[in-house]
Parts: sequence; structure tokens; C-alpha cells
Amino acid sequence: MRSRHALVAFCALVYFFLLLPLLVVFPISLSSAPYMQFPPPGLSWQWYERYLDDPQWIDATIRSLQVGAATAVLSLALGVPLSFALIRGRFYARETVDRLAMAPLIVPHIILSVAVYGLFARLKLIGEWYGLVVAHTLLALPFVVLVMGAGLRDFDRSLEQAAEGLGASRWRTLTRVTLPLLRPSLVSAGLLAFITSFDEVVVALFLSGARMTLPKKMFDNILMEIDPTIASVSVMQILLVSLVLVLIGRFGRGLNATAR
Amino acid sequence: MKGFSPSIPALVLLGVFFLYPVVRMLGFAVEGGTMEWFAKALGEKLYLQVFWVTFQIAAIVTIVCLLLAYPLGFLLATTTPGWAALGFIFVLLPLWTSVLVRTYAWMVLLGRNGVLNRWLVGSGIVDDPLPLLHNLTGVLIGMVHVLLPYMVLPIYGAVKRVDPAIVAAAQGLGASTWRIFWRIYLPLTLNGIFAGCVIVFVLSLGFYITPALLGGGRVIMIAILIEQEVRQSLNWQFAAALSSVLLAATLAVYGLARKSMRAEPAP
Repeated sequence: MRSRHALVAFCALVYFFLLLPLLVVFPISLSSAPYMQFPPPGLSWQWYERYLDDPQWIDATIRSLQVGAATAVLSLALGVPLSFALIRGRFYARETVDRLAMAPLIVPHIILSVAVYGLFARLKLIGEWYGLVVAHTLLALPFVVLVMGAGLRDFDRSLEQAAEGLGASRWRTLTRVTLPLLRPSLVSAGLLAFITSFDEVVVALFLSGARMTLPKKMFDNILMEIDPTIASVSVMQILLVSLVLVLIGRFGRGLNATAR
Repeated sequence: MKGFSPSIPALVLLGVFFLYPVVRMLGFAVEGGTMEWFAKALGEKLYLQVFWVTFQIAAIVTIVCLLLAYPLGFLLATTTPGWAALGFIFVLLPLWTSVLVRTYAWMVLLGRNGVLNRWLVGSGIVDDPLPLLHNLTGVLIGMVHVLLPYMVLPIYGAVKRVDPAIVAAAQGLGASTWRIFWRIYLPLTLNGIFAGCVIVFVLSLGFYITPALLGGGRVIMIAILIEQEVRQSLNWQFAAALSSVLLAATLAVYGLARKSMRAEPAP
């Protein structure tokens, strides 16, 4: 039992290490000091006001939300049919298709970014929001395939056979039986795709040009100066991600099942 | 070809915007039929040094992650479902928090006038602030923090798969806790340890954001070198050669991992 206590104590330290950076930005974002100071001498909303009053920050936020939402839609539109093909299809080269879909997870992001940057520079797509959406969809696709794949593998196909036996067309079976039953997986996959895009930095550094996404704007600001505005943006980002995780937990299919 | 057609739209996207640009870019390295860019990447001391540093950082990060993640994954797999769920949230929350947020927070914590140094100096533990930021220490701390969850998840899965009956039998026969760990858990979770190490090592090799911000220009990893060659030197051929080496190393680690995973008997 003593070793169990030692284990718990050690893990508490690891959790402290994991959560410390997430917690430290909260007090800094509420600081009344004109520059970085810890602990803050007093509380104020000034850094949140500065964020809200700066059109550059707001533009970047809107752009990131827009790109994230479009990425979620596009990666579901492409990834869900792909998952059906990978799980239910019986065709030659299925393993190759699977590996290709997973490849953006394995290929270092810097290589993918530089390669797409080279292509987009020729196509004059740098700075276009839909260019970013396409690149982010490449990164989100593996997550969609993993989550949907897990959902489809556990799917009880007798429900579809029952619908078809009762005379439903294949399309009607798909839209009225299969997809509604897969809704938890769809929710998780869509939200994961959104977060993948919303948090993505390396591709955005290369492709977003002058019209920045939120992570690109944050990267530039961190590089230039440590200003507590970043802390307020960070707090909002942590809260948004927490909300998404809660949504996945409530309406989606657990991530743990797919992590294995 | 039954059931192939739904994959066509995704395959078109992957082909046009992933496969084609990557192959095209890597092709720059041997443009004009010359091997001089590879010779430069693998022959000049300066660049060999960058590869060596990258490899070392990846190795250190992998080992540290393993040492921190194994107890955590073990605890999550052996505790009650309620605690495990809570514990998981606190592993997944950092995982899904922006790398930038976390990197920024580490800058606040580790800086010369940062939270940690103020506390250390204030409480008299050290006389002068420790150099924790804009050097290798900062990069290692930041990278371990980002990659730790990737190690926890496979180890959790492996410990979870250990049959409790075996552990109960060992306990019944009077084996000590350490003996149970060394003779039962460790051998039965080697697959999870191995999977976690491969993921963390491979992700470390291509890291860009954390070394760029926490290294302060003093820690040059391969990804930073590639970015500089493309954006500052505009030397696409050399960047392509460096990328090829990085990609080859990444795929080699994965290939070896797949092979040895398959060689092990199925549980």
C-alpha cells in the first residue's frame, strides 16, 4: 500500500507539471500591471478589453473560426465516405488508401507546410482562406477516419438489414438509420477537425500570408514581445477547448476508445 | 472494387494537395541530376550537427516522457472508473490546448524574471536566476509537456489489457509489489511502451514551434533549419534535401516499429 501512495504522490507532481502552464495564464490575464508581472498586483479586465478593441485580434479570431468551421465541414464531407469505404469496402489496395489517409499524421508538419506552400505560391493561393481550409483538411482527415472507423466497426449492421428488409431504399437507410446512429462519432469527428484547424500554427505560418489566423497572430506576438494580451487570448482558447471537450463528452463518442 | 467509390473525393484531395506537392518538393533536391544538396546536408559539419542535436533532443524527450508517463498511465488504468475519467480529462485538456498557449505559459514561467525564478530567488534556494529559457532546458521542458499525453495514452491501454487474474495470482503467491511490476506489468506492457516511444520520438524529430519560441534562436532543430532555408535563404533545393532526410528518418523509425510490433506474438 505504501508504494501505491508513492505512485499517487508522483502522479500528482506530473499533473502539476501538466496543468501548471494552463493555470498560470489565468491570473496573468487579469493583471492590472502595465507589463508582465507575477503575481499580479491587482485585478482588471484591461487585457481582455485590449483584445476586444484591437481589430487585428478580432479579424484573426473570426478568420480562425471561419477556417475551422469550413475545415470541419470539408473533412466530414470527404472523411465520412472515405471511412465507409475503408471499413466496409472490399477492394484491392484498401490498405494503401488507409495509409495514404493517415500519412498527414506521420509526415512532419514542416514538410507538409513547405510542400503545400510551394504549390500554393504558384497557384496564388497564399492568404486565401479556402487554401488554408484545404491544407487543414489534410491534417484533420486522419482524425475523422480514426473516429468514424471506430464507430463503424462497432456498428450493428442488422439494423440496416432490417430497414432494407422493410423496403427502405439504400439512400433512405443511410440517411434515416445509419447516419443518425453514428451521430456521436460524427459530432466527435467534426469537433476534432475544428480544433485541429483552430489550433494549427505551422501550416498557417506559411499559408495565411497577411491575413492571419489566431495562432499565426499569437505566434508573431509571442516572438515580438510578451504582452499579457496573449494571456487573455490563451484563457479564451483554453475555455473554448474545454467547452469542445465537454461537448464531445456529452454528445460525442469517447476519445479513449479511438486512442487505442 | 466493391465499395471503393466513396473514397474517391478524399483520394483526389490527398493526391492533389498532399502527395503531389510533397513529391514535387522533394524532387527539388535532385533537380538537374545533382547530388550536391544531399552531400551538403549530410557532409558539412554544421548541418550534421543540427541532425545530431535533433536526434539527441528527440531521444531525451522520449526517455523523460516515458519516465513521467508510465506511472501516470499505470495509475489511470488501475484506479476506479470515476478517478480515471477525471484523470483523463486533465491529460486530454493539455493535449487539446493550443501549443502556442502552452509555449507562451512556459515563457512566463521560465523567464529570467519569470514565476519560477522569482520564487527560487525569493525563497533563497538559488542566489541568481537560473537560465531556463532560450536554451536547451527550455526546449526540453516545453517539448516534454506537449508530448507527454501521447505517451500516457498507449501505456494506459497496455496496462488496461493486463489480465487482473495474473496479478491476483502473483499476489496470492506472495510476490512483492516490485516483483509484480518487474515480472508481470513491465513485460506485458512493452508493446504500449514501445508504441508511445515511437510516437513521441517521431513527433519530436519534426518539432518546430516549441524550439522556435523556447530555444530563442540558440537551439536549431532540423525543422527550424528547413523553415530558414525556405523563407530566408529561398534555397528550395537544400530545404528539399533536408526534408528528404527528415522524412526518411521518420519513415525508417515507423517501418522498424511496425516490423518489430508484428514480430511479437499477439496477446
